Amino acid sequence: MKTLFDKIWDRHTILVRPDGATLLHVGRHLIHDGSRAGFRALAAKGLPLRSPERTFGTPDHYVSTASHDVNAIPEPQRREMVTAMTENQKQHGFTMFGLGDKRQGIVHVIGPEQGITQPGLLMVCGDSHTATHGALGALAFGIGASEVSHVLATQTLWQSRKPKSMRITVDGTLPPGVTPKDVIIAIIARIGAAGGTGHVIEYAGEVFRAMSMEGRLTVCNMSIEAGARAGMVAPDETTYAYLQGRPYTPSGADWPKALDYWRKLPSDPGAIFDVEHRLNGAEMAPMATWGTSPEHAAPVTGHIPDPARAATAEQRGAYERALAYMDLKPGMRIDEIPIDRVFIGSCTNSRIEDLREAAAVAKGRTAKVPTMVVAGSGLVKLQAESEGLHTIFKQAGFDWREPGCSMCVGMNGDLVGAGEHCASTSNRNFVGRQGRGARTHLVSPAMAAAAAVTGHITDVRRLMAGEAA
Amino acid sequence: MNKFETVEAVAVPLEMPNIDTDQIIPARFLWRARSEGYGQLLFNDVREAGGFILDRPEYKGAEVIVADKNFGCGSSREHAVWALSDAGLKVVIAPSFGDIFFNNSFKNGFLPIVLPEQRCNELRAALARNPGAKVVVDLENQTVTGPIGVNDGYGQDSFDIDPFRKELLLQGVDDITFTLSQGEAITAFESRYLAETPWI
Ligand code: SF4
Repeated sequence: MKTLFDKIWDRHTILVRPDGATLLHVGRHLIHDGSRAGFRALAAKGLPLRSPERTFGTPDHYVSTASHDVNAIPEPQRREMVTAMTENQKQHGFTMFGLGDKRQGIVHVIGPEQGITQPGLLMVCGDSHTATHGALGALAFGIGASEVSHVLATQTLWQSRKPKSMRITVDGTLPPGVTPKDVIIAIIARIGAAGGTGHVIEYAGEVFRAMSMEGRLTVCNMSIEAGARAGMVAPDETTYAYLQGRPYTPSGADWPKALDYWRKLPSDPGAIFDVEHRLNGAEMAPMATWGTSPEHAAPVTGHIPDPARAATAEQRGAYERALAYMDLKPGMRIDEIPIDRVFIGSCTNSRIEDLREAAAVAKGRTAKVPTMVVAGSGLVKLQAESEGLHTIFKQAGFDWREPGCSMCVGMNGDLVGAGEHCASTSNRNFVGRQGRGARTHLVSPAMAAAAAVTGHITDVRRLMAGEAA
Repeated sequence: MNKFETVEAVAVPLEMPNIDTDQIIPARFLWRARSEGYGQLLFNDVREAGGFILDRPEYKGAEVIVADKNFGCGSSREHAVWALSDAGLKVVIAPSFGDIFFNNSFKNGFLPIVLPEQRCNELRAALARNPGAKVVVDLENQTVTGPIGVNDGYGQDSFDIDPFRKELLLQGVDDITFTLSQGEAITAFESRYLAETPWI
């Protein structure tokens, strides 16, 4: 009786030392413009890249979203992060989707989009949101710079112990206006930002079975915000239909063989998980965060909690500090939180379905605050433009930009000003994440668009019902 | 990487849970070269706000942090470990850690120690009562003793560490060298793997 996680782990185990340390084979390694330190360490040891054919990369963190001319990156040091990647590519010969290539984008968007991400693969990337790829039934870990250099040099990764397994089952049918982003925020609010620490999560149940591939990517993406090592969804017909015909997916005689292998991956019916959680999808509502940890979240119909009523002294302190930083008061209605700026993008929510969801709300309405829309890849951007979404955004006064990580982390200079409240479709609302003093409210793309056209957190279901902004 | 030797040093209690790597080192500094050092940027924004405990004179020269739950959660940036290590710190003791931070630590000769929540609370309380007191972290024997030199009854704890990691830390070697010595096993694995799933 094995879980999906067990099956992939076992298949990629090269050797186990007597003390339990396990050497895993890395099927595919994704890199980005922040992976420079890994290449430097490789150079310092005089080692070659072991498997260029298993290494795929794209610049995303440092690229300008105003223009994809590399010279549009104003500071020389940031520009160098991008040019160094091009040089490393020339030297080592991995597959790269560079600036100017329409396949460039956020590394976690292009992996699935190109079919590089596949069920049953063990994948790593020097970025914590690598968990995203688990949506296709891969086991995908975020790793640090030293581990990146280890993978570059050996195509393997040491794990000193096997993570535990956790299953989160969400049954029921999501009510209208409730999106995958709301589901994962609701999960984190329930289990806590450290709830998944040391675990690999499998998302199971009717809600995920019914969810599109893109929605599953959003859910798995934020596994790390629940503290987990990785998140995954068992592959099914949705997965195979999504993958078929993508550039790096198996084709010809390999396709049926791959299908055969993939169909054996889902957890065996009797498999035991170390921890189980259950939520009811039918009871979920659009969510927003009010504090500085992703667990500081509430339904849009709710209120900011009173620290005095926190369960523990520790939680009370955390709530008080969060509210002081956010400049918000206990008891305030979530839908009265003022918004100064909106960001729609990031590896959590920058795929075509996300943009459609935001455009549906923006259509015929006007932004009250500066709003930026950043597609996750050049291909997503082209698709959106072919559907006329960019026109809807522009008519609403939203800024339509070039693909990259952008305001999710602000490394490229797209920053939220100090003291500003930003409704953001990204994944982290930490102190200073989107810029010094920035106050982030994590929401779905639909909720972000609703905030943009009203200037405060707004229950998108009211706008969907036709209410004027 | 230097060999990890027994640490006898000032320990700082950090009361906040969920200290994330964005706080430890803000994203806007990440393009700096490793050689420029990250120590002066440790907790930059928190420190600039003033009154941060690490800047108090009693804690000068601290090499140990005793923290609360989920220390180092968030981004995979190894810079968080570099900033701690460049600022002279060698050990963080906490009830739990962000997984990637935990892994990154060992690669930099930096030791994250998990102790039960209750013991971490007691140790922080004892350090708060005796600001500037030292603790002893003995990796060979896997013990934390503290605060020493004060009669405050906290005593000693044993901690767990994976033997492989302990060995690498004590010898001050990184794992690439060791892994490369397993080249045959890796190559044999790869040919088997590719025979089964040739499309990868
Ligand atoms: S979009 Fe944000 S979370 Fe995703 S990879 Fe880029 S910086 Fe990281």
